[in-house]
This record gives sequence, structure tokens and C-alpha cells, in this order.
Amino acid sequence: MRRNNFTIKGINPCFFTFLAISWLGGIMPLNLKAQTDTVKLSRKDSLNKINELKEVQIRTIKITRRQTSSTPLQILSGAELEKLNSLSVADAVRFFSGVQLKDYGGIGGLKTINVRSMGSNHTAVFYDGVHLGNAQNGQVDLGKFSLDNIEEIELYNGQKSTIFQPAKGFASASSLYLKSRQPSFEDGRTNRFKGVFKTGSFGLVNPSLLLQSKITDHTYSSVSAEFKNANGRYKFRSTNGSWDTTGVRTDGDIQSMRLELGLNGILRDSSKWSVKLYGYNDNQGLPGAIVANVWHFSQRQWNRNLFAQSTYEKNIGKYSLMAAAKYANDYQRYLNPDIVSVDGLLDNRVHQQEIYLSLANKFKVNNFWDLVWSADYQMNDMNGNLYRFAYPRRHTVLNALATQFHFGKVDIQANVLSTLVYDKVETGPLPDNHNELTPTVMVSWQPFGQKEFRIRSFYKSIFRMPTLNDLYFTFYQPRSIKPEYTKQYDLGFTYIKGYENQALTQFSIQADVYYNKVKDKIVAVPGTSQAIWTMMNLGLVGIKGLDVNMQSAWQLNKDFSLNAGLNYTYQQALDIDKASRTYRDRIPYIPLHNISILASASYQKFSMNYSYLYTGERYDQSANIPVNYIQPFYTHDMAIHYNTMLHKRKIRLTAEVNNLLNQPFEVVTNYPMPGRSYRFSLTYDY
Amino acid sequence: MIINMKKIRYKFQNAFTFLLLAVTLMSACRKDLQPPKEEKEYLFPPRPNDPVKGIYLVNEGNMGMNKASLDYVDFEAGQYRRNIYNEANPLQVKGLGDVGNDAGVYGSKLYIVVNISNKVEVLDVKTGKRIQQINITNCRYITFNKGKAYVSAYLGQVGNPAEPNGIVAEIDTTTLSEVRRVKVGRQPEEMAIVKDKLYIANSGGYSPGNYERTVSVVDLNSFTETKRIDVAINLHRLKADRFGDLYVTSRGDYLDIHSKLFVIDTQTDQVKLQYDIAVSNLTISNDVVYFYGSEWSHNTGKMTVSYGMLDVLSKKVLDKKFITDGTDKNIVIPYGIAVNPFTKEVFVTDAGNYVSPGVLYCFSPEGVKKWNVTTGDIPAHFAFVYR
Repeated sequence: MRRNNFTIKGINPCFFTFLAISWLGGIMPLNLKAQTDTVKLSRKDSLNKINELKEVQIRTIKITRRQTSSTPLQILSGAELEKLNSLSVADAVRFFSGVQLKDYGGIGGLKTINVRSMGSNHTAVFYDGVHLGNAQNGQVDLGKFSLDNIEEIELYNGQKSTIFQPAKGFASASSLYLKSRQPSFEDGRTNRFKGVFKTGSFGLVNPSLLLQSKITDHTYSSVSAEFKNANGRYKFRSTNGSWDTTGVRTDGDIQSMRLELGLNGILRDSSKWSVKLYGYNDNQGLPGAIVANVWHFSQRQWNRNLFAQSTYEKNIGKYSLMAAAKYANDYQRYLNPDIVSVDGLLDNRVHQQEIYLSLANKFKVNNFWDLVWSADYQMNDMNGNLYRFAYPRRHTVLNALATQFHFGKVDIQANVLSTLVYDKVETGPLPDNHNELTPTVMVSWQPFGQKEFRIRSFYKSIFRMPTLNDLYFTFYQPRSIKPEYTKQYDLGFTYIKGYENQALTQFSIQADVYYNKVKDKIVAVPGTSQAIWTMMNLGLVGIKGLDVNMQSAWQLNKDFSLNAGLNYTYQQALDIDKASRTYRDRIPYIPLHNISILASASYQKFSMNYSYLYTGERYDQSANIPVNYIQPFYTHDMAIHYNTMLHKRKIRLTAEVNNLLNQPFEVVTNYPMPGRSYRFSLTYDY
Repeated sequence: MIINMKKIRYKFQNAFTFLLLAVTLMSACRKDLQPPKEEKEYLFPPRPNDPVKGIYLVNEGNMGMNKASLDYVDFEAGQYRRNIYNEANPLQVKGLGDVGNDAGVYGSKLYIVVNISNKVEVLDVKTGKRIQQINITNCRYITFNKGKAYVSAYLGQVGNPAEPNGIVAEIDTTTLSEVRRVKVGRQPEEMAIVKDKLYIANSGGYSPGNYERTVSVVDLNSFTETKRIDVAINLHRLKADRFGDLYVTSRGDYLDIHSKLFVIDTQTDQVKLQYDIAVSNLTISNDVVYFYGSEWSHNTGKMTVSYGMLDVLSKKVLDKKFITDGTDKNIVIPYGIAVNPFTKEVFVTDAGNYVSPGVLYCFSPEGVKKWNVTTGDIPAHFAFVYR
């Protein structure tokens, strides 16, 4: 009961804060009366035009995909991404609304994304348009994707708001799109070189370089290489209110190498093509759960990921075609010296291969009606040295039929996706085949004359198969896992406004209410190591939520500009299985409130970035009782950048502080997070 | 224009103040942590003259969660006391630890084997206050004899590929320090002592392709392994009756080889009986073996739960059941069993889905539920406190 009192007391300040900030962001701009707004569709102003208009300082706003997307879309890109205190993609996605980042701490700790409480396996990750799979555990460790070669990160709830996409694009409850840096050259140049060196806490040494060249007028190449070495050591503090202790994480070391080669171009018939080769290799310690009497771990993991992918796009009148092919070869070795069998130490080696083929066809019936048929085939093969290993091979065939009606003010997209899954195993019980049809409907509506305000809504039903790990990678105990079905309902709006002759130049807001239902939700509970999970089906989960995302841009004078953004998420993710002993309790690790704030200011050659993250109280087990209670946490991160030119070369110096207040916290129970940490980087761009 | 700028500045300052205020407010959202308190619950009218003063119940807690906890059924007060360790030992960093695997009362002390935390916690049986911790890596079970405690541990050495065998450590219950250790089979589990001989069930659980199939016999005087008794693969439970017969369970391989119960005659040190019934846990009281089996089958993907009783004199499985009122349908995963030797009340725990609190049931000798109570996560191991 006492805890409940706290809960109520705890919510109030947070909620008032939210109200205060909403007021700050939302009400104030309305008070400042704008005179006339010029709306322009996304198009770069030519230099001349800017000069022409300089006198009157008319500011225009861009209606971007953020506003027109019929599914909620959040973007971090370009300069915004560069300013953020981020080493990896994981650090950046924390700031999206509706997102929980599961973080096992430090540089080496696993980091996965959970969107709208549906679980990390429901978010598909796409790298340059092609699905980045992990059939083994269905989740991508975003901590391993350096931001160094990433130009843009997009997160869509539901699916990408376009029907012309691979069938995979329709097949997940949410999608994260990572776009690597595209070649761009200054006038008269045919190559570009960028080198970055990062160092700081955790013994980090992280050089990387990027080389882009124009081979012919229509062919570009890109080489990106990165090396990372860190001992991953950090001090942490741990307390339960009566005892209070500090420790040092000693097992989060990592050494990784990444090499990416890209070639892309445009053919004479103006069709586009691209080829990408990706190689990644690492050797890391596996930080374990810090429990009584156990503070150090000896488990290690090695990963090697290779893939080659190619895309092709072509337009012939009313018909458009998009094709993609990919081959991936992944290897993982897991060594646990704590387990000794007759064959020596536990040393699991798992090989995975994937073949993926995709074809999307679009037919433009008339100027307001499009039809798409997309078909994907995927084969996943898993091979391991585990005892009685099932040697599973999974064939997945996806077919999507989609249609889009785009009238002046209304845009309707609808699709049905057929999923066929055939699993084959060499030993053990025969798995079921699956044949599912799942629909999606999305609507975007501009109710008034202005383009600034749009209402959107979507319904999506999708299921995911238990991963090969869920089904076949058992060590401690056998388990039975059912597939997991989700239904999503979303209603929201987007609004953007530009202002002239005042400090606030642009304000935008998007807000969505949603209801998700997850049946037979598969919950991963960490075992003694991150490599072996305990899996369970959590009957039925209902998630009611609200996402609010606000952005504002300020120009205080010629040299001083400011951007501020706020994300707020309210989520009530409940176990709604009436047979459950924890009926109506919140599911593990999902707080009611999440807030993130990003603010950046630029003054001449300096810029500063501040980010704040608040994660409310939550429980680490099914039952919402005091022993399972986890305190809220909030982190303040700061970065200062200095940009200058040296003989026409861009030089950028950055100093970052993370967890400024040195707050002890855990995202996942018994995986303490680092206290205050620092990072410094030097960027050379020519 | 100037006025306008001033206005803007004012507004901006205003905004900044609000931002500061907001951040301060948000910082206030984090309350001081309160260590979890003991919870008391009324169960039955106090029984101050019962020969059993109470029963300690160790909840294992999910692996990696560090949620092993200690509960107590207080017969003198008729109360259930939940989570007593933290309040009795507030300064103990990270508490009881990760995965409580066994418990026993010997003399004035309560011993709790905490598997993942690599320790045996020794508590004062009256107060629950910690006396000492004995470090034994990967310890599993405990048993007592003549002032000594014997603790089985999965591995003698961690990280040595050539040493897959486990050990049994002998602990002096006065000095609370390890005296001797003996190498036994691979991943030893439960133990029992019959006439100066220690019998240990070896599982070999780390090598599923090559399970152990023996019971190790250790002479307590020389503390050396003298013999291995061949039984069946993947042994787990081992209990002795008062006539010197051992009841040993085999977990099988969860596939083609089913779990079974064996009886070893310690006169001959040979298997003399075999029951083709799945037994995952048992307790012997008043010459009756109370058991349950929850057998998992890989092939069907299903769990089958059964309950039974066996007479140690006739060695016959009885028609009688210890749950007769249909409560067994509510028990998802039976995980612990104990019998009050004086009243013949039967205690059964239900681990449920392993990640939420379990339930302790008490049945009358007729098999009718007397009461049930919510426990910690994965309630499993009982230790009786006698008057």
C-alpha cells in the first residue's frame, strides 16, 4: 500500500512537468500571433531565392514525411544525429517516443529496442532498405551499429508509410530504418574523405574513416572502416536503500572491426542500382547479472557477420519495379568456462546463413490509384555444435498485395500480407507450418485547407514466429513457445507551423493514442548470461498508450539558433490474461511514463547539445509488488562541439559528458549502468 | 524592432526558466529507495504447543534476478512471514542472493545453499540473522551428520576443461569452515547418509550427451569415494528411509528415456527396485514416500503432473492420494514438498510461471486443503524447526 502512495506522488510531478512543457511548447506559440505563413513542399530553396528574400527574412516550413506519413514516423538525421551524445544507433533511438531501450550497460552490453511494449522481436531493422535479420534470436544488437556511417534513422510504428516496398516491410509491428551515408560531393570535387577519432571513458579507442568517390558521372563508391577497442571497465554504484556499495564492471570489454563497401549508380535508362558488402567482427566479454557474491564473469562471445546485398529500381511508364537480393553469413561463438562438460568448457558455435530475395511491383492505375504486389523469399539455416541440435532450416515466403488511393486531402493505404513459414529440423519434434493472412489499413487526412494539420490512423494485424533460438536453442530446460500475434490501433495527428519575425521559427507536434494487443507474448527473461534466455508466453497483454512528440526551432539572432524537442510516452502495458495470477499487473520493464528532451543551441562556431531521458518506475517481474519495484531513472547528457575550417578542411572537436549527475541506475535488473562518463572526438572532413 | 527583440528575449528567458523548473520537477520523481519489508499474514489459530515451531521456506528466485528469499510458517503465532531475510540482515549487500537451492536446520543454525551466488548462508535459526557465509562455487544441496555439514557442488574447479567432476565439501558446524572435500561424479545433486556412508546422486547435467548414471559412495571416516553404484542417467533426488533404503530419482533425458524412481539397498549397495513413474521430488515421512512428478516431454511439448504415495515397508504405490479435494488442478508446477511428521499435514508449493510469486498449500492428512498463501518467486525448499 505504501508503494501505491508513492506511485501516486511520483506521477504527479512527472505529469505536471509534462503539462508545463506542453504549455511551453504548445500554448506559447499560439500566443505569439503569426501573420502569414508560407508553406512549401519539401524542396530546397535555391541560393538565389534565399538572397532575394534576405531582406524580409521570410521563413518557410517544410512539410516533410514526418507530417504526411500515415503511420507515426520519427526521424533523426544529419546534423541532429551528429550533435547527439551517441556512439551507436542504440544511444540515438533512446530518444524516440514509445521506445524502451533494453540496455545491459556499458560498451559491451547488449542493446535492443522495444517499441510500444510489443517486444524487441517485433521491430524489424532495415539497413539501406534491406531487412537486417537475425533468425537466431530475432533481435539486432543496436549497440553494434556505429553511428559513424549512419546518415538517418527512421522509426515507423506499424510500417513504412508507402506501399511500394519489399514484402518484409509489411511484416513487422514496427520498423527501424538505418540509412548509411550517401555520397555527396562539393562542387568540382570527385572524392570526399572523412576521418573520426573517438576516445574517452571505458578505455575507448575508436578510429574510423569514410572515403567516397565519384567513379563516373553516375557511379559512386563508398568505403567505410571502423575499429573499436574498449576495456569496458566502469564503476557503478548499487543500493537498495539500506546497503550501498560500489563495484567495477570488469567484463564488458570489446574489440570490433567493421568494413563496408558500397557502390551505387544510375543507369542510362535512369534505373538505380546499388551493391553493398558488409563485414563485422568482434570479440567481447559478456557482462553478467551482478548478484550477491558474484561480481565478475568469464563468459566470452565472438561474432562475425558478413553480408552482401544489392538493390535495383526501375520505372517503365506506369510500371515500377524494385528488386533486392541478399546473402548473409553469421557466426557466433559463446564460451562459458563456468560450465565444464566431458568435452571441456562449454563452447557453443553457431552458424547462420540467410538468402533473401525480394521483388516489388507497382502499377499506377491512374493518377490517384496505385497497386503493388511484393513477394519475398527468405531461407534461414542454422547450424551449431549443440547437443541434439535440431539443425533448423526455415523457409519464409511473404506476399503482399497493397493498394493506395491518394486524393487531394485523403490518402488511404491498405494491404494484405500472406506469410508462409516452413520449418525443417533434423532432430526432435516436427515444427508446425504456418500460413497466415494479415491486413493493414492506414489513412491520412487533411481536414482543413492548410496542409499543416493532418489526422492519421492505422490498424495493423501481424504475427511473428518464435525465433529459431526460442524454439531450438535450448540448454537448461526444454520450452514450448507459441507464435505471437499483435493487433495495433492508432489514431493521431500532426501539426506544423512556421513563424516570421519572431524568435520561434517553427513548431511541430505529433501525437498518437494507441491500443496494442499482444497474444501469447513471448517474454525473454535473462538467465545467468545474455546468451541463454528463459522464454515464456505471457498470455495476453494489452497496451494503451499515448505518444507525443514536439519539435521547435528558434532563431534568436543571426548567430544564435536553438532547437528543442520533447517526447512523452504514456504506456499502460497490462497482463490482461484473466487466468494469470498477475492479471491487470503491468508487464515487466514497461514504465507508465517516459520523457525525453533534446535541445541544441548553435552560436557561431560552437554548438551545444543537451539531452534528458526519464524512465518512470517499473517492475522487473510479472507481479507488481515491492520486491519487484525498480526506481525511475533520469540521465542528463551534454555535448559541446567546436566547428572550424583549417585550409578548407572541416575540423570538428567534440566533448561529451553522459549521465552528468552520476546517477546510479539499472535498465535491466542486476545490470548496473555506468555512472558519469566522457567521450572526446575529432573529426576531419575534406 | 528593438522592442520586439526584447520581447523575444523575455519570452526566451521565460522558456528557459520553465525548462529548468521542469527538469527540477522531473528530478523529484525519484524517491528514496525503501528496502523491501517483511510481510506478515494470518494463517491459522496459533499452535504454541506444537512440536514443530515453524517451517522455513526458501524461494529460489529466477536465475539472474538475485531474488532468493526466505519465508517462515510460524506455528507458534499462526502466521506466515514473507521475506524475512532482508529485514533481519539489512546491511547484507544484494541480500540472500541468486537461486536458493537447498535449506536445512542443524542445531541452532539454518543453512541456506545459494547456487548462483556460490555460497552457503548460515543464519541463526531463531532470529534469521546471518552468522557467516561459506563460499562454495556452484553449490547445490546440503545434509548433516555428527556435527558436520556436507555440501555438494557441481564443479570442483571452474574453468578447467579437464575437470568436469563435482565435489562434496565437509563443513564443521562449530567453526563453520570447510574441513575436507572429496571429488565425486559429475554435477552431484542430493545426498543422504546411512551408517557413516555418504551417498551422492550424480547427474552429469553439463554433458547431456553423456549423463552420469551413478551414485557415489563416500566413506565418511576416510572421506574418500569408495564405490559407484550404477543406477540410471541424470540422477537427482536421493532420500533414505529409516531401514537404510535409498530412493533415487532419474530425470531421464526429457526425450526417449523417461524419469524413473529407483530403490537402492545400502546393505548390498545395489539397485533392488525400479518404478516406472516420473518422480521429480519426494519426501519420506512416517514410512511413506510422498512424491510428485512433473515430466516434460520434448516430443509432445507437454508437461504431465502426477502425485502419489509409496509405502516403504511393502514398497507398494498406495491407492491413496495426498491431495483429494481437486486442488491439484490449481497447481501449475509443484516445486517443493514436505510433511509435518507429527500432524501428517502435507505442504506443497506451486512455482506457477516461475516469474511471479508462488503459492504454498497445506493439506490435511485426508488430502483436503487447509490453507494456502502467496510466497516469493519459485518456492521450493523446506526446513523444519522443532521445539
